[in-house]
Amino acid sequence: MPVLKRIWHNYVLRRILRAIFVIWVVATAVFFMVRLLPGNPVQVYINQQIAQYGVSYQDAAASAASYFSFDPQTPILVQYLNYMLGLLHGDMGMSIATRGVSVTHLIAEYLPWTLFSVGIGILIAIVVGLFLGMVMAYRRGGAIDHGVTAIGSFLHAIPNYLMAIIIVVIGGALLGLFDVGSMRGTVTPGIDPSYGLAWVQDIFYHASLPILTYVLTTVGTWALIMKSSTTQILGEDYVTVARARGLNDMWIRTNYVGRNAILPMVAQIATTAGFVVGGAIFVEQTFKYDGIGVTLYSALQTRDYTVLQGILLVLTATVVFANLIADLLYSVLDPRIRTDETGA
Amino acid sequence: MSAASAETAGLPVEPVTAKRSYRGGGLLTQLTRSPSGFAGLILVVVIVGVSLIAPIFVEAPSADVNLIWTPPSSAHLLGTNGSGEDILKLVLRGGTTVIFVGFGAAALTTAIAIVMGSLAAYFRGRFDAIALQITDIVMTIPTIVLLAVLGAFFQLNSPVALAALLGAFTWPVLMRSIRAQVLSLKEREFVEAARLLDLGTMRVVFVEIVPNMASYILINFIIAITNAIYALVGLYLLGLAPMAGSNWAIMINDAWTSGAMFNPNAMSYIFSPVAAIILLQLGLIMLSRSLEEILNPRLRDR
Repeated sequence: MPVLKRIWHNYVLRRILRAIFVIWVVATAVFFMVRLLPGNPVQVYINQQIAQYGVSYQDAAASAASYFSFDPQTPILVQYLNYMLGLLHGDMGMSIATRGVSVTHLIAEYLPWTLFSVGIGILIAIVVGLFLGMVMAYRRGGAIDHGVTAIGSFLHAIPNYLMAIIIVVIGGALLGLFDVGSMRGTVTPGIDPSYGLAWVQDIFYHASLPILTYVLTTVGTWALIMKSSTTQILGEDYVTVARARGLNDMWIRTNYVGRNAILPMVAQIATTAGFVVGGAIFVEQTFKYDGIGVTLYSALQTRDYTVLQGILLVLTATVVFANLIADLLYSVLDPRIRTDETGA
Repeated sequence: MSAASAETAGLPVEPVTAKRSYRGGGLLTQLTRSPSGFAGLILVVVIVGVSLIAPIFVEAPSADVNLIWTPPSSAHLLGTNGSGEDILKLVLRGGTTVIFVGFGAAALTTAIAIVMGSLAAYFRGRFDAIALQITDIVMTIPTIVLLAVLGAFFQLNSPVALAALLGAFTWPVLMRSIRAQVLSLKEREFVEAARLLDLGTMRVVFVEIVPNMASYILINFIIAITNAIYALVGLYLLGLAPMAGSNWAIMINDAWTSGAMFNPNAMSYIFSPVAAIILLQLGLIMLSRSLEEILNPRLRDR
């Protein structure tokens, strides 16, 4: 069956199948991990009722039974099959702790804010970092090189959540540069997209501190990577030849050096994005920015199984697809990767 | 081809017969010559040293209701916190857990990466495929998120459990690069010779091949420490790690939740542990960067 064999050995197809397999394994692992660990949402709710309102255990349990559609006594395999069947239909189930809200709805409401703030943060950091890195490579040993290297190392050493704390304490409380209280949340209540420009201004106002945190903590790393990458390219023969041909300096800088220096960083962007989204839990919690991090944190507190599963699944899928796209891009850019894969 | 891939893997291409003792001595000398590397080394040694020794010589500060939130004075150089405890003593004694967990988790993660990576590359075949698949999966799960989930569910009361948890999920990246290096190293003549001498697989892999990557492993061990400390302090700040006892991360959490940022007298309570953690991270990063420059001459400016 040469045709079937060719299909099986198709790089793109194999890569996509592997991505789907990884997502399935992670979804399954998360499903069981979350359930096999101590405490369940009903228990948490009962404890809360007893602690807050001083009701008896029987009353709390009865109220829990009427409140939750979730029954912890259902066999775990049945729960798993239901979950998987739902996933095939693109349905991640209903939130357990918040009645009447689907997990998809929750994620669709909060994830965009995280992606927005993290995305803008990474974008600014990369653009500034690439520029600084190229300047550093061209002026090696100069004041800019040493200064940016020192500051970049220092900023890289500060974990992003500590940076968030420093920004709030120094900028907000000590210097009074901004009013941290009014910047909480993702948007000022009452302002919606119909306000147009005012709405855009408002969401940037609320996202500015998280964005600042992401930019400050990652820009130095990008600059250093870009510097070493550019330094390497500058030594290549084709750059020397381009210079010898008397090409315009600006043209060499953008088309010969810049383009080739950026190439190896494509995969790095995918990994960094995953890391920053993970770190967003800490940062969002500090600024009380209502993104997926805050949602995850509250789901942890209430042991909201379905929401936890959903968030982890979506984050995993995002990383898997980012890697998939990076891999496919590379296989187009560098055909050796395709042949390596089938040869192994 | 094998030489080219060795270079892309960042291996120092040098005769393997070079005596290791000579190289080790040279490393320290070279490190003291690079200003940032030397500064990093001093920072790390001082902070780790103080954190390990302080619990023996500095007695635990006692709570005193008459000394709540006092500003820095000669009796209390950094002032006192909300329970009247001396902040300087807390900072001096507060590094032990952080450093222990950081180093422990890094050691575990490096060990897993070395064993899995070198064996996968050495055996290839099905074992390699399975190992790579596991790596893919572990690498995909957002580590911080997973740790937050596990930290919240498990009652992680011992530093050992914390270190094990952190170490168990962070090895894939290093495993992949070690695998890539062993792939090229195992084609070299000295491995062939060792194999022909029938020295046994374990001996060939862990005595003949792995020591060639010692410097690379050292650098990654240091980087792994910074990552573990990042995750650990983050877990504490979210309140997902046990709040018993006292360490830098618990101090920050305590200062933050008790609203210390709006109290001018409490600035030293929140900033001292923050500074301690940042300085330790900075020292480790400077150390790893200089080591990288020394051991990988291609990174030096041309």
